[in-house]
Amino acid sequence: MRIPLSWLREYAQVPVDATAEDVMADLVKVGLEEEDVHRPSDSISGPIVVGQVLDVVKEPQTNGKTINWCHVRVVPEGAAQPLTGDGIDPSGVQGIVCGAHNFEAGDKVVVTLPGAVLPGDFRITPRKTYGHTSAGMIASARELGIGDDHDGIIVLSRLGLNPEIGTDAMELLGLTDEAAEINVTPDRGYCFSIRGVAREYALATGTSFTDPAAQIEVADASGEGYPVRLEDQAPVYGKPGCDRFVARAVRGVDPSRPTPQWMASRLRLAGMRSISLVVDISNYVMLELGQPLHFYDVDKLQGPIVVRRANPGETLVTLDGKERKLSTEDLLITDDRGAIGLAGVMGGAETEVGDGTTNVLIESAHFDDVSMGRTRRRHKLPSEASKRNERGVDWEVADEAAQRAVDLLVQLAGGTADTTATDTGSRPSPVVIDLPEGFASRLIGVEYSTEQIETTLTGIGASFEQYDGGLRVTAPSWRPDLAIKEDLVEEIARLVGYDRIPATLPVAPPGRGLTRGQQQRRRVLQSLADAGLTEVLSYPFVSTEQNSTFGAPRGGSEVAALKLANPISAEFGYLRTSLLPGLLETARRNHSRGFRDLALYEGGLVFLPGDQLGSEVLPPLGVKPAEEVLEELYAGIPDQPWHVGAVLTGHEAAPGAGFTPRAWEWSDAVDAALTVGDILGIELVVAQGEHQAFHPGRTAQLSLRTGEVVGYAGELHPKLLADLDLPARTAAMELNGEALFEAAADVIVAKPLSTFPLSTQDVALVVDSSVPAEAVREALREGAGELLEDIALFDVYSGSGIEPGKKSLAFGLRFRADDRTLTADEASAARAQAVELAAARCGAVQR
Amino acid sequence: MPSPLDEAAVAAAVEQAMMAFKAASDLDELKTARLAHSGEKSPLSLANREIGKLAKEDKAAAGKIIGPARGRINQALAARTAELEAEREAQILVEEAVDVTAAPRRRRAGARHPLSTLQERVSDIFVGMGWEIAEGPEVESEWFNFDALNFKPDHPAREMQDTFFVEPPEAHLVLRTHTSPVQVRSMLERDLPVYVLCPGRTFRTDELDATHTPVFHQFEGLAVDKGLTMADLRGTLEHFSRQMFGAEAKIRLRPAYFPFTEPSAEMDIWHPGAKGGPRWIEWGGCGMVNPNVLRAAGIDPEVYSGFAFGMGIERTLMFRNDVPDMHDMIEGDVRFSQHFGMEI
Repeated sequence: MRIPLSWLREYAQVPVDATAEDVMADLVKVGLEEEDVHRPSDSISGPIVVGQVLDVVKEPQTNGKTINWCHVRVVPEGAAQPLTGDGIDPSGVQGIVCGAHNFEAGDKVVVTLPGAVLPGDFRITPRKTYGHTSAGMIASARELGIGDDHDGIIVLSRLGLNPEIGTDAMELLGLTDEAAEINVTPDRGYCFSIRGVAREYALATGTSFTDPAAQIEVADASGEGYPVRLEDQAPVYGKPGCDRFVARAVRGVDPSRPTPQWMASRLRLAGMRSISLVVDISNYVMLELGQPLHFYDVDKLQGPIVVRRANPGETLVTLDGKERKLSTEDLLITDDRGAIGLAGVMGGAETEVGDGTTNVLIESAHFDDVSMGRTRRRHKLPSEASKRNERGVDWEVADEAAQRAVDLLVQLAGGTADTTATDTGSRPSPVVIDLPEGFASRLIGVEYSTEQIETTLTGIGASFEQYDGGLRVTAPSWRPDLAIKEDLVEEIARLVGYDRIPATLPVAPPGRGLTRGQQQRRRVLQSLADAGLTEVLSYPFVSTEQNSTFGAPRGGSEVAALKLANPISAEFGYLRTSLLPGLLETARRNHSRGFRDLALYEGGLVFLPGDQLGSEVLPPLGVKPAEEVLEELYAGIPDQPWHVGAVLTGHEAAPGAGFTPRAWEWSDAVDAALTVGDILGIELVVAQGEHQAFHPGRTAQLSLRTGEVVGYAGELHPKLLADLDLPARTAAMELNGEALFEAAADVIVAKPLSTFPLSTQDVALVVDSSVPAEAVREALREGAGELLEDIALFDVYSGSGIEPGKKSLAFGLRFRADDRTLTADEASAARAQAVELAAARCGAVQR
Repeated sequence: MPSPLDEAAVAAAVEQAMMAFKAASDLDELKTARLAHSGEKSPLSLANREIGKLAKEDKAAAGKIIGPARGRINQALAARTAELEAEREAQILVEEAVDVTAAPRRRRAGARHPLSTLQERVSDIFVGMGWEIAEGPEVESEWFNFDALNFKPDHPAREMQDTFFVEPPEAHLVLRTHTSPVQVRSMLERDLPVYVLCPGRTFRTDELDATHTPVFHQFEGLAVDKGLTMADLRGTLEHFSRQMFGAEAKIRLRPAYFPFTEPSAEMDIWHPGAKGGPRWIEWGGCGMVNPNVLRAAGIDPEVYSGFAFGMGIERTLMFRNDVPDMHDMIEGDVRFSQHFGMEI
């Protein structure tokens, strides 16, 4: 909301020298946040004065244009020119070349003299043009930044003005006024008016407030005015869509009358365009009192006005020329022909006031906020009227607002008011709130005096009476946001001042620290950083193709994923089922920025729709739902396990002096996955796997000892990498962290450490190329029995000396007993058993 | 020919040995000198042999001449050996010198994302105060995200949230627009009193620009206990802000509106280390929990009161660590994380 200071000063005691910044500094204290300053004089400065055109000589030019060579008097005849400077003629008459033709000798105009600066840093200087020295400019509205009209220059008489020659035109045109723009929170609809903001300003500064509504004397009606019937056949939440409708008629309005400058400039500063006097009056009253008005051309109305909901299939062409298909929930203004307006949101084209309108019917009505909001959203029709109506307008101000519009139409537009008036509807019962004694102090932690409380309540316009135990408060009609006692406490706290609230530190009961899961997650994330990877956080929005590629192996069936109803980008309209699309996109972005050696990781949720997707139940607010309803809500939440993933591409480090870095490869991805297992104390089982995103021969499937598959690691599919523009051999891994956390032991039981000597034995076994090393290792381990302390694969060889289609695996076995020194025979025997089992299971032959 | 056992001859031999040892410039030359002057064929060794040929009564006198002479030679040899060995060792170290400034970085250090590190830092401060860390799903029921938090179905604030909805709309699932649904879950699932911090990822349908991102992070705090006041809220925020921004930090509250708190406030922080000098910076929203929110969780607002607050982690990082552009936080450029390392 933009507040022109000159307007605010009419109803609040704003110091004469106060700037918009000063006003905002006061308003922010009571909760009206500063937004911006609108000060025309920041971009325009004088001398800009009223001049009278003495003569006009039309001079046709070779380029086909005709210019006017004018003499303009800029100081009253006989008076001395007080200004001096380059281009200022001491005679008080300036020679000016003007291209516009909408004026003649004798007209009073706005002259920007040399030295003046116009918007856009346009500096006025005397200049030679068309054979003359043009010392100044006769200004148009657009050049002064006060309108779009560029058809010609401003002729002051057409604005209804006849100022003295030499008058400061900046002042005259409202260019010395300024506006404070404030942000109004959704609960404070009354602050979308000068009336509301003036009241808040007075409360913020402890000064007096003049209620503009109280200045209006509503004329006694001589009888019923235009017939209006309120016939809401389908109220929303039982509240009638319109509970008050005031209608007043003014006839004989002169449509040619201009909007007075003071009104036009205030509207402009408030952010509204001046359109025509009649329309401007309706906007002016709305801005002043917060009551949206609608003006009808009485002569276009057919029969009585009926306010009702739309019928099925009904349509309306609104003021913006669009045909709207109406919902049976839309509240309409209708006459005999049908719909003529979307009540409180936008009028209809057929009955609007136009250039030829002389007889005006003023609608000043009170509408239900919920109904207004719904209609505005449904038709995407934000308007100044709907903004106020959906926040709730003062029920009481409807007749004052209508009267104010009547008065202005009579005074400014030459109309005559009908002595009859329509005022139909019924007053809603006022909101009464009991404020228990001491409650405000208890909730805020400040001892408020009775005087502070009562002053605040009076200041906001509430009335109150004592009851046994506190104050019974009646909320003012313009404050529908005041409904519970906490609302009143906020009024007391904010108007006495939030800065009065002290700081006390409450003591929480003994806490339990981070949960096990929170600690595990932190350790996993930290350990990957320790291992040299860099954490990234990517958006979870992916395409359905990405989900199909990277989600769990699907064996041909479509991957199930959650779809967004309103994604930022239609292409990425699904929620991720894997972290890899985001990681790869991030890798690609880094790659394109010249970073070729990358080790990235991410931890985050993936989204897996279950059998039940959400719930149709939406319990009401302010009440705890029944247990079974809560169960239903919980059950509808899709599974969102925490995953951790990594992508490795390029080399593990940059080359250095005497150091050639290793290229990342599939095994590093497996290693990263195993590292995650290690730090959680979980031994992951590696097996040859299949996953559509990975190289078919270089995919490791990672499982728990129970057989549950918890992730994949390996080299990404070469075709996929080519499509993604990433280097060949790029490797990746992804693990279901949640499954790992669950599998981790609650308490890790220590193993006794044997200090008896170690006995090592190596063994080289030849197996078919297709036999996984892990299978041989497992057989050796099992076969060796409990004397085996550890086993490690240290070489894989094929080639010379090994039959084609075979490979040699070399394992180091470490034997140790808990209770004695092993003899060489014992170790050899265990080794022999190991080899025997590997031979039996895997066809291994000792080399 | 004088006897090799002659005192002068022995002295001359010793003198020659000493000079030879001294003249030896390395261990090889010293070895030659040793063989010449203390080896088996050296003058003194030969002289020593002569002693055997002497008459019994002369042997002692000759021994007194030869013995000390040989002792001096051996001592000198040992000293010179030590000297030359030390020289050689020093020489090796000199030869082994490297240009330490050319050391390659074989292991690259990894890095945490600053948003993660900051989130953990904030959590630790509250855990230190006895609070617990509560978390919840990112795809959330509309009831938890809005209704339970006193957003009326038609309230303008509800659409102001610019919510991502999951299809189909009748499933009433949204990407949570704040971490407040975790507050509701905490009140429903935990025993009173409740003191929880809810950090996490949140979503609104903003286009990405320098100061907005559709995916961002928040931390919200909630305390529900008997007798909690807005002064307790201010005290908690001030304590927290001093941990984050130093002893000079303080909090300013301005009246505001949120459906889930009443009274409500915008909170500004006095940031002593702000770029361009100390100043007030808008940090987040807070207030006393609206009684309707307590009721939605089955808590009697006549018995309990609560306060809540919420701040953006991106915003905090922006002004605490002077990050000028949101893009840097969300694009995953490795330079951004690596600059911070594991710290914040």
